Amino acid sequence: MLSVNKRAALLSVVLLIVALGAWEISVTRQVMGEALTEYEILMGVGQPRAAVPPPSDVIIKAWEQLSNPFYDNGPNDKGIGIQLAYSLYRVLSGFALAAALAIPLGFLIGMSPVAYKALNPFIQVLRPISPLAWMPLALFIIQDSEASAIFVIFICSVWPMLLNTAFGVAGVRSDWVNVARTHELGSLRTALTVILPAAAPTILTGMRISIGIAWLVIVAAEMLVGGTGIGYYVWNEWNNLDLTSVIFSILMIGLVGMVLDTIFATLQRAVTYAE
Amino acid sequence: MSKPFLSVERLSQTFPDGAGGMLTVFENASFGIEKGEFVCILGHSGCGKSTIMNVLAGLAEPSAGVVKMDGVAVSGPSLDRGVVFQNYSLLPWLSALKNVTFGIKARYRSWSREKVVEHATQYLAMVGLEGDVIHRKPSQLSGGMRQRVSIARAFANQPKLLLLDEPFGALDALTRGTIQEELLKIWSQTEQTVFMITHDIDEAILLADRILLMTNGPFARIAESVEITIPRPRRRTEIVEHPNYYAIRNHLVQFLGKRSKELAGRASGGESQSPEPVRIDLTAPNDDPEPAPQKPILHAVNG
Ligand SMILES: Nc1ncnc2c1ncn2[C@@H]1O[C@H](COP(=O)(O)OP(=O)(O)OP(=O)(O)O)[C@@H](O)[C@H]1O
Ligand SMILES: [Mg+2]
Repeated sequence: MLSVNKRAALLSVVLLIVALGAWEISVTRQVMGEALTEYEILMGVGQPRAAVPPPSDVIIKAWEQLSNPFYDNGPNDKGIGIQLAYSLYRVLSGFALAAALAIPLGFLIGMSPVAYKALNPFIQVLRPISPLAWMPLALFIIQDSEASAIFVIFICSVWPMLLNTAFGVAGVRSDWVNVARTHELGSLRTALTVILPAAAPTILTGMRISIGIAWLVIVAAEMLVGGTGIGYYVWNEWNNLDLTSVIFSILMIGLVGMVLDTIFATLQRAVTYAE
Repeated sequence: MSKPFLSVERLSQTFPDGAGGMLTVFENASFGIEKGEFVCILGHSGCGKSTIMNVLAGLAEPSAGVVKMDGVAVSGPSLDRGVVFQNYSLLPWLSALKNVTFGIKARYRSWSREKVVEHATQYLAMVGLEGDVIHRKPSQLSGGMRQRVSIARAFANQPKLLLLDEPFGALDALTRGTIQEELLKIWSQTEQTVFMITHDIDEAILLADRILLMTNGPFARIAESVEITIPRPRRRTEIVEHPNYYAIRNHLVQFLGKRSKELAGRASGGESQSPEPVRIDLTAPNDDPEPAPQKPILHAVNG
């Protein structure tokens, strides 16, 4: 009998093959049938090659793209690597700015009931706002599409980190704080050597949620601001009616998102402690 | 009479009782502890032992009164007063060794890394923790091992006064016995002053030079200070054979069983309340040549 992991892996491969096979077959039929649905008439106006491509096309496309990911033939023709790098740059800078604000502020809110009460109403109003709703305002005030995209990432990733940091810091066991007190640690040393490690798992959970949201939002933001990035790439390929590229880039978005999540999951595991 | 090393003067503590009124846990409590003395405090749950201890540690402010150590009033926690908390309070993200070095680094800031580690290892060895064990996290240690680490952390800092809040409350009887002996060993090597809370009469007799007996609350009083007239070094298996053992034990059981209730709930009327010293010694030469263990002779000396 195979181990659980091996059986699971086998099942995954079988599912993948079945799904791809079903996709391949259904698409070939559709192309042969050539009957236009209402939607195709509306959207694609029945142009040639507007049909959903079969997975074999997508695999060929992926091979092409990934064997030369960083080519640059002008604004509308850049390699997938360059586009992803632009998106990652925006996500990471917005995220870093958000962390730089949210973690210290979260500490303050977590440690001081007054600060918590004072800031809570603002947080409660600002938090549910869709990050894209800030886009017009950001474009108007910042006057720069690049910075506006980063701002949107900032605003969407700040809340989970802020709330989780505050929650984690407020929940640090008073016994541990008393240990710091009986050892005459100053507030900075207490914050760094007791509260930070104690709250780190909760803070990292917040960071992991934030990076996930940021990666979701960047695609939409880049569709709006245009120019570069994976979101723009998807939209551009849609306008070119290159559905193979669209599907390929969707897969890439998923893969990069998974890598980002894995990184934060690893960090989270590194700081988690058992009581 | 000269002032003792630690003197507690007219200490009072009141808390809001949750129904709009005030709850007086104790008032005008006064007592002293000499340098190098091992003092246990016994009393029923909720009488205010931890409250006194938190004040001694500087973790809580008393409603009135002062605690003076070496003649200086205590305000706020200090490295001179080490605390072993009831629930160990080890930092779970640090290994046993790091938990101890955490304390030493705070106490001796100028020490080199090697010196800190060496000092920590030495104190961990004193409580019987050696080898790989000291690199484990608290979650990978047994309850008894955790308590040993927390005792090592407190002793390694060589505080002037060591405060222990029911350090063995959560341990089984066997482990408790071993650690009690380790505590005695490390205490006799370091000559530290110890103030310890316990629920366990036998533990108190084994460890203490003097036992403070507390009446039930509210308005709890430290009513008596019982001297343990059993010579050291003491071993659990041997002290039970000492003629004074059952006499002292009976006295303590009587107090906790009956008199702690009878004496409870009286306001001090503004008087400073010091414990009455009690000395029970059946071996003393001026006592009856044939002492009856069932009827201990009490020597209440008014101080
Ligand atoms: N922060 C507080 N607010 C209000 N009441 C308190 C507070 N701390 C303690 N008390 C009350 O003071 C009394 C004494 O509590 P304390 O914790 O000192 O008891 P204890 O003698 O240590 O009991 P145990 O042996 O169960 O630990 C209790 O009645 C408790 O309800
Ligand atoms: Mg207590």
